Amino acid sequence: MTDERSSPVIALAGQPNVGKSTIFNWLTGLNQHVGNWPGKTIEQKIGTFTHNGRQYTVVDLPGTYSLTANSEEERITRDYILRERPDVVVAVADAAVLERSLYLLTELIALPVPIILVLNMMDVAEHEGIQIEPKVLQAALGIPVVPMSATHGVGMDRLLSTIEATVDGRIPYTPSRPHISPEHQEVAEKLKAIVAPILPDLYPPDWVALKLLEGDGEMIALVRERLSPEQWKAVDALLYRHEDAVLDIASARYAWIERMIRAAVTRPRVGQVSFTGRLDNVLTHPLWGMLILLAVLGGVFWLTYTIGAPLQGWMGDWAQKLADLSRQQLAAAPPWLTALIADGLIGGVGLVITFLPILIIFFAVMAVLEDTGYMARIAYLTDRFMHAMGLHGKSFIPLLLGFGCNVPAVLGTRIIETKRARLLTILLAPLVPCTARMAVITVLTPLFFHSYAPLIAWGLVTMNVIVLALLGILLHRLLFHGEQASFIMELPLYHLPNLRTIGLYVWQNLLAFLQKAGSTILLVSLLVWALAYFPGGVQSESYLVAFGHALEPLGRLMGLSWQALTALLTSFVAKENTIATLGILYGSDLAAALPHSLSPASALAFLVVQMLFVPCAATVAVIRQEAGNRWALFSVALLLFISVLAGILVYQLGAVLGLG
Amino acid sequence: MYPLIKLKANQRGVIRALRGGHRFIARMASLGFTPGAVVTMTRNDGFGPVIVSVRGTRVALGRGEANRVLIVTPQGGHLD
Repeated sequence: MTDERSSPVIALAGQPNVGKSTIFNWLTGLNQHVGNWPGKTIEQKIGTFTHNGRQYTVVDLPGTYSLTANSEEERITRDYILRERPDVVVAVADAAVLERSLYLLTELIALPVPIILVLNMMDVAEHEGIQIEPKVLQAALGIPVVPMSATHGVGMDRLLSTIEATVDGRIPYTPSRPHISPEHQEVAEKLKAIVAPILPDLYPPDWVALKLLEGDGEMIALVRERLSPEQWKAVDALLYRHEDAVLDIASARYAWIERMIRAAVTRPRVGQVSFTGRLDNVLTHPLWGMLILLAVLGGVFWLTYTIGAPLQGWMGDWAQKLADLSRQQLAAAPPWLTALIADGLIGGVGLVITFLPILIIFFAVMAVLEDTGYMARIAYLTDRFMHAMGLHGKSFIPLLLGFGCNVPAVLGTRIIETKRARLLTILLAPLVPCTARMAVITVLTPLFFHSYAPLIAWGLVTMNVIVLALLGILLHRLLFHGEQASFIMELPLYHLPNLRTIGLYVWQNLLAFLQKAGSTILLVSLLVWALAYFPGGVQSESYLVAFGHALEPLGRLMGLSWQALTALLTSFVAKENTIATLGILYGSDLAAALPHSLSPASALAFLVVQMLFVPCAATVAVIRQEAGNRWALFSVALLLFISVLAGILVYQLGAVLGLG
Repeated sequence: MYPLIKLKANQRGVIRALRGGHRFIARMASLGFTPGAVVTMTRNDGFGPVIVSVRGTRVALGRGEANRVLIVTPQGGHLD
């Protein structure tokens, strides 16, 4: 951290769905950097802004309901505050669900940093019939309180001046803090006396004693490691005897909140159904809600196919034109250089760029669904179907949108909170048949199966869905020991989406894709280009084809020719390459040559392998970006195994039935 | 005491206890499920997760989770 005087550090904390990122975006605009917390897969956003000639650094902490080390987000938030000691913590609460969203404040206020409370969504609260007097609340809490409606930019000036005044120490800070029951307070004092001498400086002993009573795994491990066995025994016995303290502490916090807000809040009459309640009566209805969901999803697909797909094709054509142009311009250069630039480089960059239209639509849709609050309803409606695979309702949207493209499906798993469910969804996503694979099927199936083609194509898609479900159940049992992801999810109040929030979300995700996945995709496509070009500059005599020949023994088990094997290998760069490669290797008259070269059993095996094969380079790149090298490799190996196994089974079965 | 899952839509109950490990209890408590809090069942279709309101927040709970929240009726009598 730089000199504190010149650039004070502001940390933004808050529960999920309180509009924290809207405030972050208002403060920093485009002066923000998105990365990951060191060693974690959780997004870290840091930005800067200038106010009255002074620059401030803003750190957006992950959204958490409390500060007990149950999740990565909670650990990051409290470690950051304790270790880095920001100059100010801005605690964002949702005015419309004030009681619940002040719970995090009860934990933050116990930490040794000055807090500013932001009451966000004052407009939504008013809409729901809730009246709040911030001044009364400020007097009760003893800390600065700033009312805001961040989506409309209301209250920003007040927040800026309050931050400035707090950093300069110009605001009286006399926080009221919750107390626990006298009985547990006594236990806490005992614990504090034992652990105080052995704690690292950054942990306040009061706080650690409370966390121990709450059964906080991380603090228990820390204390256990540092205490002598006898001392630990004493602590352990105390904790065992007061196992019920966790609920008592939580109740005490809520009792404190009730006291704090009693004078400041006027609620609507009991029985008055709120705006969100009325909408939810329809949107979460088992029949009407489902029908509306289907209509919404239909709309999303319509958008993807009528706008995204043509744009994608159009950009692909332009990349092609650019390649042709560069070939003309480089006519005098050595042939390998021309090919490197025209086919390798422009081809690779073109490939990265063609993903952009679909990604823009996808990210915008995700942002709108999240920002309005509808995403949680989708998760609620679909949870019942995802349960068997150990998945959460939140896995549904990423998987479903995988039909458009697997890349955003993998990126979209970020909305899933538990690590396990997220990883499982990432591993399953490549089995969703994307548009590129569907295109290959659409072109090839009629060549082999004529009038049966629609039936076969339908069967192939169904097969992928079934394999996905089976693999989901299997991985859930084997890898995650059937541990059920518990379904506890807040349904946030509905509100209008904020354009700025959506725009920045799309922009940041595109940037991350280009920076991380883009370079991997480019590298892989250059590598495959080189393999298909060298040594002689003719694909039919290249290393890649030699590799295809080398795989012939394996191919024989699936009834596949070396041409078909090579086509599968090139589909690693992009699924649609299959057709182009077959075209090159079989010569121009693919329609005549293919059925001749591959028997019905072989053809079916080929299509099955193609559908289940290793994810494309772009998908592997984003799996690597989101889950790390190990899981990316695991995914490739797993799908290679499944696809080859399925290919062998289909061919051998076909051969037995006399179709070989 | 009844498990929360027994409530029909629009019925209310007062939380008495939570059954489960520290993780479950801490998670539920942070969302407002503590002894003494009033919960209203807003949707219970007999299958799939339920939706309840607690402390002004709407929360979707799996049936298993809702089974581990124990309540009494607001008047202390029997559930219809």
